Amino acid sequence: MIHGWLERNSILLLIGILLVVAVGGAVEITPLFWVNGTVEHINGMRPYTPLELEGRNIYTREGCYLCHSQQIRTLRDEVERYGHYSLAAESEYDHPFQWGSERTGPDLARVGAKYSDEWHRAHLADPRSVVPESIMPPYKFLAETPLDYRDIRAILEANSDVGVPYSKDQIAHAKEDLEAQGDPNAEGVGAFQKRYPKAQARDFDGNPNQITEADALIAYLQMLGTLVDFKTYQADAPENRR
Amino acid sequence: MQVQTETPWRLDHIIIPLILFLGFCAGMAEWARSPDWRMVVQGWTFAGCMAVIGAWYMWMYSGRVPDDESGPYCDTVVKAGVVAAMFWGIAGMLVGVIIALQLSFPNLFYFPDLAWTNFGRLRPLHTSAVIFAFGGNVLIATSFYVVQRTCKARLWGGSLPWFVFWGYNTFILLAGTGYLLGITQAREYAEPEWYADIWLTIVWVCYLLTFLGAIMKRKEPHIYVANWFYLAFIVTIAVLHIVNNLAMPVSLLGSKSYSLFSGVQDALIQWWYGHNAVGFFLTAGFLGIVYYFIPKRAQRPVYSYRLSIIHFWSLIFIYIWAGPHHLLFTALPEWVQTLGMTFSIILWMPSWGGMINGLMTLSGAWDKLRTDPVLRMLVVSVAFYGMATFEGPVMSIKTVNALSHYTNWTIGHVHSGALGWVGYVSFGAIYCLVPWLWKKKLYSNALVEWHFWISTLGIVLYITSMWVAGIMQGLMWRAYNDYGFLEYSFVEVVQAMHPYYIIRAIGGAMYLAGTLVMAFNLWRTVSNGAPEISLPKDMIAEPAQ
Repeated sequence: MIHGWLERNSILLLIGILLVVAVGGAVEITPLFWVNGTVEHINGMRPYTPLELEGRNIYTREGCYLCHSQQIRTLRDEVERYGHYSLAAESEYDHPFQWGSERTGPDLARVGAKYSDEWHRAHLADPRSVVPESIMPPYKFLAETPLDYRDIRAILEANSDVGVPYSKDQIAHAKEDLEAQGDPNAEGVGAFQKRYPKAQARDFDGNPNQITEADALIAYLQMLGTLVDFKTYQADAPENRR
Repeated sequence: MQVQTETPWRLDHIIIPLILFLGFCAGMAEWARSPDWRMVVQGWTFAGCMAVIGAWYMWMYSGRVPDDESGPYCDTVVKAGVVAAMFWGIAGMLVGVIIALQLSFPNLFYFPDLAWTNFGRLRPLHTSAVIFAFGGNVLIATSFYVVQRTCKARLWGGSLPWFVFWGYNTFILLAGTGYLLGITQAREYAEPEWYADIWLTIVWVCYLLTFLGAIMKRKEPHIYVANWFYLAFIVTIAVLHIVNNLAMPVSLLGSKSYSLFSGVQDALIQWWYGHNAVGFFLTAGFLGIVYYFIPKRAQRPVYSYRLSIIHFWSLIFIYIWAGPHHLLFTALPEWVQTLGMTFSIILWMPSWGGMINGLMTLSGAWDKLRTDPVLRMLVVSVAFYGMATFEGPVMSIKTVNALSHYTNWTIGHVHSGALGWVGYVSFGAIYCLVPWLWKKKLYSNALVEWHFWISTLGIVLYITSMWVAGIMQGLMWRAYNDYGFLEYSFVEVVQAMHPYYIIRAIGGAMYLAGTLVMAFNLWRTVSNGAPEISLPKDMIAEPAQ
């Protein structure tokens, strides 16, 4: 019997196991890297600004993804509650993706521009001050902690290494762009908005004296789901049907 | 083979100290040079671990022959694994109860100035502590025990098994303290950052070598079925771990890295990993326990050899495909979703094949369930396995998943598997191992009964409350009123969860209480239990033929 060989020879058994477990992943995963149309080509997507990227790092650091999803499913109630269902292109610069697996709190894929900066500040510092029934942890320390962005250039370079299309110009000016986005009166705002069209530059945390972790996180939250131009996106076009 | 102690030159005595020394230097370098304070703490922790292990090594091996190398088998390392599993199990379950209380009483259990006490940092600590620390140590300990008995051979590599034990627990410590500091890859069940991942890869290769080495020099013609499962667990976890953790560090002196993949590809790779961490870590590995400890304890042969073969190959083939069921109705291409769902439903069959093989092994010994609470725990674990592996395929059906996904039903499902299946099969194995290893009679069977019933009631409270909460959550999210508007705001649904979160916390606390009873029982067994006189005569299982 064939199985007799496998259970008498440990190396054959090992190879057999490796072959058998390789099939599923090979069939399901590898096509996603070369099948055209796995990710749509849409207007409006751009890489994160340096401040937004720092905000995203805080989002991942604090484990927000454990309670908040960033993926609106193609179901009627979700689209009515949160907005247009999520497109693959909307997370194409996300290393790693943050789709989440639980909704202990609401989905955040399109939370951007739905609440004011002030609401976010109050909500992060003490969630129950604005939503009494909330069970979210307090993040008071964010507004009190200056953002450590010494390595922002290296962060953009690392993202560029894994495929995010940052230009040389964007990488070279990472630090200035970060400072410009958090301070609307800074000199570099014009240049920043040329490098990141339509990006919001303002004092997100209400404290003009320094750039804090709250600045970065709110800048990130306020742009979530706002990039795609849904006026020009045609869900029924053949290239967008997957 | 047995007498290696006279050999003047041994590879493991060169390689292992070299790894420890290099590890120590790397840790010190991070401590001294990193601009990132979190990395400084991690460097210090790692260097400390290397130094402690090095000191232990010298104490253990200089000028004497340790027990592990004088007896027929390396058993002291198995003992160490059992102790570590109990320690991490209690720690992990305690953190679980704390985060359950945080969701129940946010005003009491959150501290605005202490970032490290927040749910987002403690939750990966809980999952990693129970899965990788508790489960991992149980798997290492039981696989070491089982492979030696069923092959009639020692573990390979002299002191290598000890390096696996210490190295793995160093990884756990590095990962766990990292989460509290805010170091994470933000990939569920793969949170440890790049340097911890590299360390685990080194340790895991050593694990494979010492395990496979024992199989290669076995004195039995056949490889016993439990070892197929352990081997599949070890090699597949290695593949999953390496692919899913491919990342670009920002700097070698910093903790942060960026995943090599992004968006939709990253999502599928992560859930290919995530679902097979369940399939190979929490299932295949623990099925190895079922195939050794249940026949051993019941004193009956495995029910069907043929079923073992079919069940093994179909299980490992089909599991790999099931990952996409975590991503239904998302931006993942439709064809992958449908394929993932289909294989998830098919997966029901091999899973139940395993359950049937485990349960039917009791044929002719069912009466022992009345008198032997340890055997009962093992058998109930297989029953929970059957339940969870039926529920899983049901939840992967798209129409069901539309309701269940993102809700507490998933949490309930995971815990019926984690508490009922993985927890109970581990407890059963440890209740067997401690008397066998320490050669003492178990201190109290009555306490095992207490453990069993307290924790079973705890599981029932936990999973029923999460079923109700999850289905309610799903129905409330999609409820429409007469005017065609969504009936409930999100926060009304959060509010509706409150009583069920409290019941869940009580259930979890009862499960923890049961584990504490177990720890007390084992402590008394080891410290002053009566010496075992009626040790089972045949400690070596026959290969299933």
